Amino acid sequence: MIAYPARRIAIAIVTLVLASIVVFTMLEIVPGDPARIMLGMNASAEQVAQLRHQMGLDAPLLLRYLHWTGGLLKLDFGQSYTYSVPVIDLVAERMAVSLPLALIALALSTIIAIPVGLYSASRRGGTGDTIAMGTAQLGVAVPNFWFALLLIYLFAVWLHWVPAGGFPGWDAGIGLALKSLALPALALALPQAAILARVARSALIEVLSEDYIRTARAKGIPRRAVLWRHALRNAMIPVLTIMGLQFAFLLAGTIIIENVFYLPGLGRLVFQAINQRDLIVVKSVVMLLVAIVIVVNLLVDLSYALVDPRLRGRP
Amino acid sequence: MGLLKALLAAGALALAIGVSGTTSAFAVRTDLVLGVTLEPPHLDPTAGAAAAIDEVLYANVFEGLTRIGPDGEVLPDLAESWTISDDGKVYIFKLHSGVKFHDGTDFDASDVKFSLDRARATNSVNAQKQLFAAIDTVEIVDPATVKITLKHPQGAFLYNMGWGDAVMVAPESAATNKQRPIGTGPFKFQNWAKGSSITLVKSDHYWGDPVFLDKVQFRIIPDPAAAVPAMLSGDVQAFPFFPPDAVSQLQDDPNLQVEVGSTEGETILAMNNKKKPLDDLKVRQAISYALDRQAIIEGASGGLGVPIGSHMSPSSKAYLDLTGEYPHDVAKAKELLKEAGMPDGFKATLKLPPPDYARLGGEIVASQLRDVGIDLEIIPMEWAQWLDQVFTKKDYDLTIVSHTEPNDIDIYSRRDYYFNYQNPEFNKGINELNLTADETRRDELLEKAQKILADDAVVGFLFELPKVGVWNKHLQGFWKNAPIQANDLTKVKWTD
Amino acid sequence: MTLHASLLGDRSASLLRRALSNRSFVIGLVIAVAVAAVALISYVWTPYDVTRLVIADRTRPPSLAHWFGTDHFGRDILSMIMVGARNSIAVALVAVGIGMGIGVPLGCLAAARGGMLDEAVMRLNDLVFAFPALLSAIMITAVFGPGALNAIIAIGIFNIPVFARVARAGALSIWPREFILAARTAGKGKILITIEHILPNIATLLLVQGSIQFALGILAEAGLSYVGLGAQPPMPSWGRMLFDAQTRMTVAPWMAMFPGMAIAITVLGFNLLGDGLADILDPRSRRRQ
Repeated sequence: MIAYPARRIAIAIVTLVLASIVVFTMLEIVPGDPARIMLGMNASAEQVAQLRHQMGLDAPLLLRYLHWTGGLLKLDFGQSYTYSVPVIDLVAERMAVSLPLALIALALSTIIAIPVGLYSASRRGGTGDTIAMGTAQLGVAVPNFWFALLLIYLFAVWLHWVPAGGFPGWDAGIGLALKSLALPALALALPQAAILARVARSALIEVLSEDYIRTARAKGIPRRAVLWRHALRNAMIPVLTIMGLQFAFLLAGTIIIENVFYLPGLGRLVFQAINQRDLIVVKSVVMLLVAIVIVVNLLVDLSYALVDPRLRGRP
Repeated sequence: MGLLKALLAAGALALAIGVSGTTSAFAVRTDLVLGVTLEPPHLDPTAGAAAAIDEVLYANVFEGLTRIGPDGEVLPDLAESWTISDDGKVYIFKLHSGVKFHDGTDFDASDVKFSLDRARATNSVNAQKQLFAAIDTVEIVDPATVKITLKHPQGAFLYNMGWGDAVMVAPESAATNKQRPIGTGPFKFQNWAKGSSITLVKSDHYWGDPVFLDKVQFRIIPDPAAAVPAMLSGDVQAFPFFPPDAVSQLQDDPNLQVEVGSTEGETILAMNNKKKPLDDLKVRQAISYALDRQAIIEGASGGLGVPIGSHMSPSSKAYLDLTGEYPHDVAKAKELLKEAGMPDGFKATLKLPPPDYARLGGEIVASQLRDVGIDLEIIPMEWAQWLDQVFTKKDYDLTIVSHTEPNDIDIYSRRDYYFNYQNPEFNKGINELNLTADETRRDELLEKAQKILADDAVVGFLFELPKVGVWNKHLQGFWKNAPIQANDLTKVKWTD
Repeated sequence: MTLHASLLGDRSASLLRRALSNRSFVIGLVIAVAVAAVALISYVWTPYDVTRLVIADRTRPPSLAHWFGTDHFGRDILSMIMVGARNSIAVALVAVGIGMGIGVPLGCLAAARGGMLDEAVMRLNDLVFAFPALLSAIMITAVFGPGALNAIIAIGIFNIPVFARVARAGALSIWPREFILAARTAGKGKILITIEHILPNIATLLLVQGSIQFALGILAEAGLSYVGLGAQPPMPSWGRMLFDAQTRMTVAPWMAMFPGMAIAITVLGFNLLGDGLADILDPRSRRRQ
């Protein structure tokens, strides 16, 4: 029974290698010379050539690929062209923003979504359900950067409750740091909450129609107790799956929100790096994000197999 | 319902965290958060072209022999005085004594020699090597005296020594300045949170007049849309280079002061003078007639900025107003196109770098040229691509860019510059200018150069980029104009 | 007898009845038709020319002359929204087309053949899914330059695995059915069976997914053009309109309000349409209603 996990891990490794080739190739054909960008409009051709050599940009293609991937394996992500510091340091700095932001947003979205889903499922078809699900539909439909702008003008400019953007750093105090993450987390959480509430509702409805729930009801266990004790627990599987996906998305897909709030997160690091042709940063961070997704998927699949032995037989 | 809950949750969170940001109203503030749009790639002004480096460090952390003042004048800095030989080739600088770098090492003549020799060495990565091209030798006379001998007289030498690229660095710290800048200025570097902010604090043993601020945080806010709420909410108290187009939102705020000054940024519609049909003078003139500068300034620069007719800042002494040479005249433009053999106009591309003046200006220019039959395809690009395609490879028809270096009319004489323009008569004038120190003659030559550029309609001259500074009403001491891209904080203070 | 025949046959009347009584479907359909109509009308008529800048009329509030006000270049916002609808729909539609056109055959093929091919297709799916979508779209436009076409390609690529997965799952559930078995014993090839029997039976699934991906495509296009990587001027796009509006939130709020609402309503409409379709066509939910 070792076969399935081993196979699954092998597949993940192949996917990682393919992804690294895709990322590397993409960035090879990006137009724009990083050396020229660093030196600006007045630099001469010799100066540019000299810098290219210093940065190792004139080595053969395959050699550079091997050098890069070899470094990745040793957790050596290379040196940022623009900042001239190790990429791993930049990533660590940005993770200190992106990771808490993603976690807070996920927590917020869960806090909003689960009660709403529960409420809607228990009152399926009622006015409350219709209003809740209508709002959820709206939450999915509103572009989050637009919502973010509204939040900024309401809470920062008008009410002065929280800063309009920026991040003071964790050493400025947890309170200040959390304050500046409040609006971006909310802007990120709302659409996710809307999706999660819908998933939670339909999962609950599904579970509630199962036979054992009917049996439980028939035995005279109160409706509320059934909902909490049995239904919710069983509906958690699809909900947790969605939450896992959302976490991966929140970690990487926050570029626009990070821009609106000028937060120094991972997404903005990559966005900036693409624009400044700091290709080593782009390559390494994109690869890191891809690797996170692949590993998370792998773990999810392996844990499913653990839970459900039937799955062990097929990929 | 989800929304209401979300709002309540946010409110509760904000209340729980409380209002901790208020400062005492009695003591005069000595801290400042200052907004900048671009993050510097590193912090060594002698190793990079990015204006963002100077915006943080110039005059604050690093100082040169001379420096450039608020109105573009040359002032003594680390050199308290100097003498110039009669032939204009030997400069003797007398240095201030008792000057220390932030790491405690002494500043003396050997550091001057080190800095200048390093900047002009063959393997130097200084972005403005031409500033030092005239230097023949740098000699240490004694620890407080330096003798610089030039290969030929150079009118702008003292000015050149005031650039951010010519600041003094120490041999002990030069190699690490990119990450931990060590200078002689009134502020020393404290911390750089990459992607977010750079913090400077007051230096304890500064040689010159003491500064008023204890701590300055340069906060990096690239997006004008984020800069507006940052200023309105008071998170950021000063934004000396505010995006002009977005300033309309701040003008009515009672807590803020908006000051509009001038820069050295000539914003131009550059044309590839070798590419058909732009190699035809009549076509370039037609384009010049088709441009309505006032509308461009209204739409791309919030109505701020001065129209120009050639490549010279209106605040310059040698400025010649040539805006009347090609007034907005659609009929005349069409007629010129007809004379050039293109009565139905033509198609071309307009490649635009990221700044607002280019992206917004580009849309307006395209619309104005469409009125005379010229159909422009707009291609926006990042600086990286722009430098590569337009500036280096000259693969473009038209582009919009602002040339922010001061006194840079000589770029039109450079071989292989991206305009692809060559006029021997213009080059002759520039050569003479480089060798002339006499102010009257220099002005004459500059005026003639401006006229030639306008006559040749080398590019479409649009407007001088305004410097829009916004800061809290209780702050004073910022520069109104921007003769160079810098945020000199030595005079900035809070008042009641 | 095939299942799809029943959709078209005598029960179509009851299907229609059920459709018309489904609130999500009706609201979604009305919005979708309205948006499409606005986009079509914009080809022949808009209140003003959206390519003409009238700087003197810039940032005028809504009035009788300009119902939705004017933007920072004096363009009529209503006209821009109309033409922008055209752009949004085109991008989302073609992106869904790319996703379906490539994803569905891949998914069906994987289901029909199984084995190595199935494995390869699914791994390819995993590969695309592993890339953060927006980030990759930004990388694609960095390579090929911004523009509507590249936005379509970027969004389309990420639609492929979605449809491949849906098609494969749908097809796998049909293959063991009796009528397929019958067709196989009649000597029909796998490709033919896929075309004749599988595709019609997963069409509804694809329709539902298509409508959801379409809504996502509208949002994605808005996001891309908001960061400047979508349609280029003078072609108006909703995302760019929001970008232009955000530095004028207090002085010209209408510049942000109307395009934002246009996006939200359109996405809402197509999501409702998808939901409604799923409800109507899914036999399990039929039982539940």
